[in-house]
Amino acid sequence: MKSMHLELRNITKRFGNFTANNKISLTVEPGQIHCLLGENGAGKSTLMNVLFGLLEPDEGEILIDGEPVKFANSGEAVRRGIGMVHQHFMLVPVFSVAENVVLGFEPTKSFGRLDLEKASNDIRRVSKEFGLEVDPDAIIEELSVGIQQRVEILKALNHDAQLLILDEPTAVLTPQEIDSLLEIMRSLTAAGKSILFITHKLKEVQAIADVITIIRLGEVVGTALPSDPETVLASKMVGREVNLTVAKDEVAQGDTVLEIRNLIVHDDRGIPVVNNVSLDIHGGEILALAGVQGNGQTELVEAIAGIRRVESGTITLGGKDITNNSPRQILDAGLGHIPEDRQSNGLVLSMSVADNMVLNTPRRAPFAKRGTRNLKAVDENAQTLVKNFDVRTTSTQAPLSSLSGGNQQKVIVARELSRPIAALVASQPTRGLDVGSIEYVHKQIVNERNSGRGVLIVSSELDEVFALGDRIAVMHNGKITGIVPPSTSRSDVGLLMAGVTEGSNE
Amino acid sequence: MSNSTKASLWVRYTSKSPVFVTVFSVVLGLVVGALVIIATSPVILHSWSQIFSSWGGIFHALKVTLDNVGAAYRSIFTGSIVDPPQFWHALTTGKDWAVALTPISETLTYTAPLLIASIGVGIAFQAGMFNIGANGQAVMGGIVGTAAGSMLHLPTAVHVPLTLLAGILGGVIAGIIPGLLKAFTGAHEVIITLMLNYVIAFFLIYTLLSTALQQPGQQNDVSRYLDPTAQLSPLFGAHSGLRVNWGIIIAGLVVAFAWWFLERSTLGFDFRVTGANPKTAQASGINAKVVIVLVFLISGGLAGLAGVVQVSSTTHFLDGGFLVGSAGIGFTAITVSLLGRNNPIGIIWGSLLFAALNVGGRVMQASTTIPLDLATIIQSVIVLFVATPVLVKEIFRLRVEHAEAVQLSVKGWS
Repeated sequence: MKSMHLELRNITKRFGNFTANNKISLTVEPGQIHCLLGENGAGKSTLMNVLFGLLEPDEGEILIDGEPVKFANSGEAVRRGIGMVHQHFMLVPVFSVAENVVLGFEPTKSFGRLDLEKASNDIRRVSKEFGLEVDPDAIIEELSVGIQQRVEILKALNHDAQLLILDEPTAVLTPQEIDSLLEIMRSLTAAGKSILFITHKLKEVQAIADVITIIRLGEVVGTALPSDPETVLASKMVGREVNLTVAKDEVAQGDTVLEIRNLIVHDDRGIPVVNNVSLDIHGGEILALAGVQGNGQTELVEAIAGIRRVESGTITLGGKDITNNSPRQILDAGLGHIPEDRQSNGLVLSMSVADNMVLNTPRRAPFAKRGTRNLKAVDENAQTLVKNFDVRTTSTQAPLSSLSGGNQQKVIVARELSRPIAALVASQPTRGLDVGSIEYVHKQIVNERNSGRGVLIVSSELDEVFALGDRIAVMHNGKITGIVPPSTSRSDVGLLMAGVTEGSNE
Repeated sequence: MSNSTKASLWVRYTSKSPVFVTVFSVVLGLVVGALVIIATSPVILHSWSQIFSSWGGIFHALKVTLDNVGAAYRSIFTGSIVDPPQFWHALTTGKDWAVALTPISETLTYTAPLLIASIGVGIAFQAGMFNIGANGQAVMGGIVGTAAGSMLHLPTAVHVPLTLLAGILGGVIAGIIPGLLKAFTGAHEVIITLMLNYVIAFFLIYTLLSTALQQPGQQNDVSRYLDPTAQLSPLFGAHSGLRVNWGIIIAGLVVAFAWWFLERSTLGFDFRVTGANPKTAQASGINAKVVIVLVFLISGGLAGLAGVVQVSSTTHFLDGGFLVGSAGIGFTAITVSLLGRNNPIGIIWGSLLFAALNVGGRVMQASTTIPLDLATIIQSVIVLFVATPVLVKEIFRLRVEHAEAVQLSVKGWS
């Protein structure tokens, strides 16, 4: 059985006078799952890019089976048996699985004819061996994100990878898909492959890791055992005590601030994906909407925010009918909106932090007067918010693209919560954020609730749903399958997420 | 995401300013221009064919090459900026200032309409829209402006502003058509603006042959003259011999307006947000339809102003060749705007450079055997290099990570 022993010795990588990796050493034994745990911006991805030949280390060396190696590009790393599954997949959407897997290394018959049959058979064999269950003839764009990720793994295995680098693989997966990914990882290591698993999610680390190396600010701050409690892992990662549960006081519920009645919304193809949904969100309450991604939550939120048309039904905000109003009218009516995809729907990366902080209120006093912007007021506003919301940035005039994902999210949170709002709708508010930022964003959301506003949280993470929700609504296939108290067991909520309701025969 | 943080630190610490790409592109443009001169000059080629016929032949060939290329570039410089001996003469004797200042005066005369049109195109770019129709809009500005300037008879204080407003109106009419079509039917602005250029070119001929606009006693496509009260007068008086006129002052005001508009106005902020991220713009309450219509209104209006400035400052009448071919400032404006990275200050430099190459190119054509087309070649090569920063980076071993920024400015095609 082939296998690989990998050692990184004192890897240092600098960008200008910023040190992204400082003397990082770690060893991956054959058949081992080695977790690299660290916050966003800690230097995990840089280290992996060094290992995969995409960046050249300034100091230190990489040893494979005790022998020092140097990779000028990722092709050389692949030839030495290293495979990488990136966060963003590198697949051709209109090609089949088999075509994608062999891309660049196509097996041929006589006269250079493509031998897709051989490729398909290889894929079936490997797929079966590791429990990947991928159909080689399926077209990529018709596959779910979870399956697409398996195709990426197949690509690496097809190049005979002995060490797989998985860069935040679970960020894009549903809870069920995460479970099956962990299964696949176990079967891979059982066959002698080793895995470098990059993540900041503690539960997964505990579930799967053999060895844990924790990185903070570009340095190894220590190792940990999977059996260590979550709080220990979290505080090592963040460098201070972290409170993983959100403290919530009892708050008297107010009147309904956001009322959704019999809402029907279509997706881009004209198919009804929100089907007769009714919800009431009261002041002083967090309603958490749980559900597997793609069950209509996205369209529901877009309809509330006015960026998707409502086919029928009504949305009322603070007593005012806002159904099919323009986004401008809805914002002015007092809706705070933290969108699901912050980079494409809530921010302008090329603009400054200060401009992004007033993106949906550029005309409000004191930011503008008679059509002329008051840049001083805009900047002062940003200075205050950066301080109050703990946004880590070099300057309020720095382009937003220079901030980490967590800090970009804080910019949106700061912007939406600093306006006078009646209700807050937050879609996946902590997706892709590190523990420290999650804690912070949760605290802000609970503050909004405590001060009497109605909050609707949409999340596919059950942890978040249970931590924040005063009531939990579950959405499946465009319908609300149940509204339950947070004392409900996870498995019951899981059943609702799968569309199983009491007395239903689905 | 950690990746983007690292990329931006990388950019911040290792890249040179994007201005370098532009500057080096200009250098490369001149180098390629020199190669073209060498490859097409019979004198130079002949000297190289003789290098084995005598000792020192190669030195002779080198000298001939340097002399000819040098003469060409020297005449572009002295023809468009200043001829040092003439300037020295004026300075020491106090006479013939008009001669010494003519080159720069000509360059500024040519710059004015180009600068105005480029600002119009640049504002549209900043909002993520491609206004390929600036030339047609400028022609329309010329037509309506000429109508107001030749058919009305008013005192200067009223007539000049009215003529300019008429030009703006012409550009707005031509610009609002693609704007409305894009906003309300989703039609692609590139196709519509491009096609409207042809429509307007024929409309020009039609109006020039109409009794209303055709010069009395003419059978050709020539318009009436603008009343002297509708003309932009030379800055230093009609008898100074210098053509530089109020057009350049108007261009300066347009630049100031554009800077304020983009950097300080709330509407300009809406434009920039729309250009950078249309989805975010929508979610932030910006009405895309309103922005689209206003972009084409402003962009078209400025192109129209460029057209009327062109007429009322130089020819004072229109003919069928107005803004056709290499005189098509509306097309040059697109490249100038890209060269200036769609920002008003950058566009000043871009239009000065292009104006100087054109004006100097004419002088070169007159004083050497090299045709004006060389200026066009140099301009094209510069734009080519600006559009491919990766290549410039390779040639000059620069670490330019701003490739993205330039490509962003042309994403309106998608």
